[in-house]
Amino acid sequence: METVLTTHFADERYRHVDTYVQYGGYSALRKAFSCPKERIVEEVRKANLRGRGGAGFPAGVKWGFLPKDLSRPRILVINADEGEPGTFKDRQIMSRGPHLLIEGIAIASYAMTIHSTYIYIRGEFVREAKIMEEAVAEAYAKGFLGKNILGSGFHLDVYVHRGAGAYICGEETSLINSLEGKRGWPRIKPPFPASVGAFGLPTIVNNVETIADVPWIVNNGGEKFASLGVEKNGGTRLIGVSGPVNRPGVYELSAGVLLREVIYTHAGGLKDGKQLKAVIPGGSSTPVLRPDEIDVTFDIESMGKIGTMPGSGGVIVIPEGACMVRALSVLMNFYAHESCGQCTPCREGTGWLAKIVGRIENGQGREGDIELILDVCDNMMGRTICPLADAAVMPAQSFIWKFREEFDRHIADKKCPFGNKF
Amino acid sequence: MSVAFSDTARRELEEILSRYPNKEAAILPALHLAQREFGYVSDEAIVHVAELLGFTPARIEGVASFYTMYNRKPVGRYHLQICRNLSCSLLGAEHLIEHVSKKLRINPGETTPDGKFTLSKVECLGSCGTAPVMQVNDDYHENLTEEKIDSLLDRLP
Ligand SMILES: Cc1cc2nc3c(=O)[nH]c(=O)nc-3n(C[C@H](O)[C@H](O)[C@H](O)COP(=O)(O)O)c2cc1C
Ligand code: SF4
Ligand code: FES
Repeated sequence: METVLTTHFADERYRHVDTYVQYGGYSALRKAFSCPKERIVEEVRKANLRGRGGAGFPAGVKWGFLPKDLSRPRILVINADEGEPGTFKDRQIMSRGPHLLIEGIAIASYAMTIHSTYIYIRGEFVREAKIMEEAVAEAYAKGFLGKNILGSGFHLDVYVHRGAGAYICGEETSLINSLEGKRGWPRIKPPFPASVGAFGLPTIVNNVETIADVPWIVNNGGEKFASLGVEKNGGTRLIGVSGPVNRPGVYELSAGVLLREVIYTHAGGLKDGKQLKAVIPGGSSTPVLRPDEIDVTFDIESMGKIGTMPGSGGVIVIPEGACMVRALSVLMNFYAHESCGQCTPCREGTGWLAKIVGRIENGQGREGDIELILDVCDNMMGRTICPLADAAVMPAQSFIWKFREEFDRHIADKKCPFGNKF
Repeated sequence: MSVAFSDTARRELEEILSRYPNKEAAILPALHLAQREFGYVSDEAIVHVAELLGFTPARIEGVASFYTMYNRKPVGRYHLQICRNLSCSLLGAEHLIEHVSKKLRINPGETTPDGKFTLSKVECLGSCGTAPVMQVNDDYHENLTEEKIDSLLDRLP
């Protein structure tokens, strides 16, 4: 299959500008400078490039939301926060192909008439931040960033900005507050970042993978990119598979790949010949699937039809013998820990979910606890400033709807049938 | 006792300030510098950052307390941060946490009496494909087993 991003990832030197250029890197940037800006945005639109950060918003459409008036400078922010449990793909791009991202930034910035870009990278990625800093410095030295890039008259500055440990800062308005040096509290929308974003300026926030796809689109055309995927989901996706499989890792695959093939063909199936019990398809916030639901393609619409989503492409494989209540308890503790606390339904709700699921796992569940969980979920869904509350509700509801008998058994037996461990 | 950035850190801060349209945006990077300089973000460090950037200490404190990476208390020379999220747990992270806890005779959140190790449970480190994962200071250690942890801990000076 044709690959867009990972083609040269096996070459250790690909992270350096000279090797990147030897493989044809920065040719898309040259080409972009000879195109009208609207044409680039049009190609990205035709590419059906859907945001890879989780929500899947079409990138070309988002870029069109910037105000037409150029009197206020605009900003591009790259979301490299990669905090959604099960997701580890942007780290690969940044450590193995940082210039893909930088070239994508330069093209996107040129197309949108942007002169400053911030790469907001999660604080724990110290090594990746260093690699990105070095790659940015190389790009400046070669004239791919800075003043009068490649003689085009276009100028662009790119800065790497480190976060400091907070999942919520992956949410775009929280990320903007964090970039501004504030607590990472999500903002009430509207205004949307495209009109009032970072430093009060019109801002576009895109995921690392989304922007890294842009050079290929410029080189090969939007239609070609679209044809690598399926209807409305252009291109390839970096799909990360984790959990007890034989070959965990990141795979670049068409959105037309079946989830079954991702798990069994690419990731080599489950370790020790175990059976599959459940799979979370797109990062911890996406509704869980049963083994009889995995003949689904990895695109937003097909996954939507069965009530879930491909999210950030983080497939978490749960084997037979693993306790679903314990698994949910791990996730609920996570959301309770990461709620920023601004909205009462989220602050209180995530706390309650963690507490109730935790007591069921510990054999102290009470009759009616399952209904209580579903009630708490109803009081959270869609009632908050940002989607973190929904992100906690989706696993909670789906785990119960699909694996209810395990929850019932914990409560009836007053103990975890799996012995409180994985 | 008041503290102050080294000349190197001051120069770095100058360079950082040039990247942003205002001083406020330099708060997070300045706090990272403070942690590097002083080992943790003490009250004195907060006062110093506040002075350098021209904000009240309360303002800096409000930001620092929001983010988990800023240690407001001293930590050991090696900060062992083991991921407790799902992919790591499915591959034995809970046992590893228990193992380290027993080996060092401290609970998560505690520091050994000699100040060498602090053990923490952390959320997903974005490295789930090489689970279980532990971050020690700046470095990731992946595909961990008890044996790998043992040899690492025995090796650290
Ligand atoms: C709680 C929460 C966490 C998020 N974390 C991330 C993240 O780590 N990385 C990311 O790219 N997007 C994340 N997002 C999605 C962003 O808000 C935003 O949709 C995305 O960065 C837009 O870029 P894209 O359109 O290219 O996907 C998160 C959203 C929420 C609600
Ligand atoms: S939903 Fe939760 S995380 Fe989002 S703003 Fe409200 S309290 Fe904060
Ligand atoms: S779950 Fe441990 S690194 Fe993601």
